[in-house]
Amino acid sequence: MPETVIERAAAATPAQIARPLRSLSDRALAWIFIAPTIFLLLAVNIFPLIWTIRLSFTNFRANRPNAEVQFVGLENYRRILTDPDVWATMQVTAHFLIATLVLQVVIGFALAWLINQKFRGNDLWTTIIVLPMMLSPAVVGNFWTFLYQPQIGLFNAAVSFFTGGDPAGFSMIGEVALAPWAIVIVDTWMWTPFVMLICLAGLRSIPQSIYEAAECDRASKWRQFVTITLPMVLPFLMLAVLFRGIENFKMFDLVVQLTGGGPGSTTELTSITLKREAFEKWRTGYASAYAIILFVAVFGISSIYVKALNKVKAR
Amino acid sequence: MSATSPTEPGARLKLVSGLLVGLYALITLLPLLWIIATGFKSSADAIAYPPKLVFEPTLEGYVNLFTTQTRQTPEMLAADPPTTWYERIVSEKGMVIAGPSRFGERFLNSIIIGFGSTFLSVFLGTLAAYAFSRYRVPLKDDLLFFILSTRMMPPIAVAIPIFLMFRTIGLSDTHAGMILLYTAVNLSLAVWLLKGFIDEIPREYEEAALIDGYSRFHAFVKVVLPQAATGIASTAIFCLIFAWNEYAFAVLLTSGTAQTAPPFIPTIIGVGGRDWPAVAAGATLFLLPVMVFTILLRKHLLRGITFGAVRK
Repeated sequence: MPETVIERAAAATPAQIARPLRSLSDRALAWIFIAPTIFLLLAVNIFPLIWTIRLSFTNFRANRPNAEVQFVGLENYRRILTDPDVWATMQVTAHFLIATLVLQVVIGFALAWLINQKFRGNDLWTTIIVLPMMLSPAVVGNFWTFLYQPQIGLFNAAVSFFTGGDPAGFSMIGEVALAPWAIVIVDTWMWTPFVMLICLAGLRSIPQSIYEAAECDRASKWRQFVTITLPMVLPFLMLAVLFRGIENFKMFDLVVQLTGGGPGSTTELTSITLKREAFEKWRTGYASAYAIILFVAVFGISSIYVKALNKVKAR
Repeated sequence: MSATSPTEPGARLKLVSGLLVGLYALITLLPLLWIIATGFKSSADAIAYPPKLVFEPTLEGYVNLFTTQTRQTPEMLAADPPTTWYERIVSEKGMVIAGPSRFGERFLNSIIIGFGSTFLSVFLGTLAAYAFSRYRVPLKDDLLFFILSTRMMPPIAVAIPIFLMFRTIGLSDTHAGMILLYTAVNLSLAVWLLKGFIDEIPREYEEAALIDGYSRFHAFVKVVLPQAATGIASTAIFCLIFAWNEYAFAVLLTSGTAQTAPPFIPTIIGVGGRDWPAVAAGATLFLLPVMVFTILLRKHLLRGITFGAVRK
């Protein structure tokens, strides 16, 4: 009888290891396999979450661990939700989200559609376009401050080359009107390829036969695009928007390095406010309440969104 | 000549698409090329107006990145002439090398924490993914959703209690603490991706082994693991890239011994203004490995970045 790989492997395993493992039931093995993962996630995610909820009802300050901690009830929540500055940062975050999502969806879909025309070398170009999103946002964001320098920066030089303006005449990260666009541009440069890749997967999942049938029915190219391509890519596009939405709501590293929230608080996203409250002003209790509000917001909005997504998928 | 399908794009459309996509790719590439180029510029060339496209390459930025320097009088410099190429570069500016900079340590920290957490999360992730894929686990869908939902918390929000927790049990600013933290963050990705890969391995292979009298565990090690090798490898690369790039936890929870490169590179400053060639040199060394991996891995990319939600 020929010896199989499995038989050889079984023979090679020492008896002391093989015997106790062999006697394990399937159910026991399953729990041994899953338990470490669940334990670690509980310790590093759920336990901290419960701790945060508890802290959010107190006036605890992490830089004064010996001071008396007082229970303040819903006071932190009341102060956050009635603070006009908090609503201002929410608005900054909302503008950032809308601008980046619209730009990335439009450019990402357009690129995917063009790449799907299967011209020669499309693999090479796709790989190059994807590069920025794999890189460290903090390191790249930091270097973009150099590209945005008035006069010596590459970005300003490029803009003045095409518009004929003065490269020292504007500062992307120094001016109140331009700074929000400075972070939108870098985020779009980094993350459009993500939307593009998902759209591309959507486009490639459409069977050719549908187009062939439409061709036989003499449907125009535009009609094919509107009635076949768009609806079939829509679930993928919505998935891309969900992923990007959650990520940009949490956005921290890129913007902290680019503008640090400034000038003034024109680019102060919620994560940056949270960091200031928790690790600069050390209002730990207040910051915990803020974190809970953000988490509930993301969780709530994405659950509603996922329901909508499933409806589109089911159609 | 072969007959073309009526749905095949026309030659002109292909040409226009290729040109537009190529143009976009070049615009995308420009900032990255600029980082690499700036690393080889002299400090004067780096801040020249207009920005210099053609310049004489120098390793000054790299020397500044790896060393700390002090100013020295011309007499002292003449008395003790430089012997190596890097000492010569420094002495031309009237400086001498005082010692190594912290960049080496920070880079090493990134490697230790990156590989340590990747190994742990792939190891634990493979076990959990196998169990989720093959066994009837009670509340399976709820557990899987719980694993996914841990990614929705903003890192800063989790950082507050973790900061307190690490301070209490003495894990703040340690390699072990950062490895555990990154493992937990990466586990969700690892479990979801690996479950997808293991789902695709036909059960018949294991069943055949079980009929031959091998235990479940044995079948897992000797039959499933080799089959899942490609999936495990690409999951590992994604975990590694995440840990490598992570900034928020690193900047809040480490300050000295365990600080990684991303919080360190933006703090590089030179004598009299930011030393952009040194910053660019550090960024190049840090980003280049990821660029190479991305190019090598392009076929597996989509699955990793979408949490396994989109498969080719």
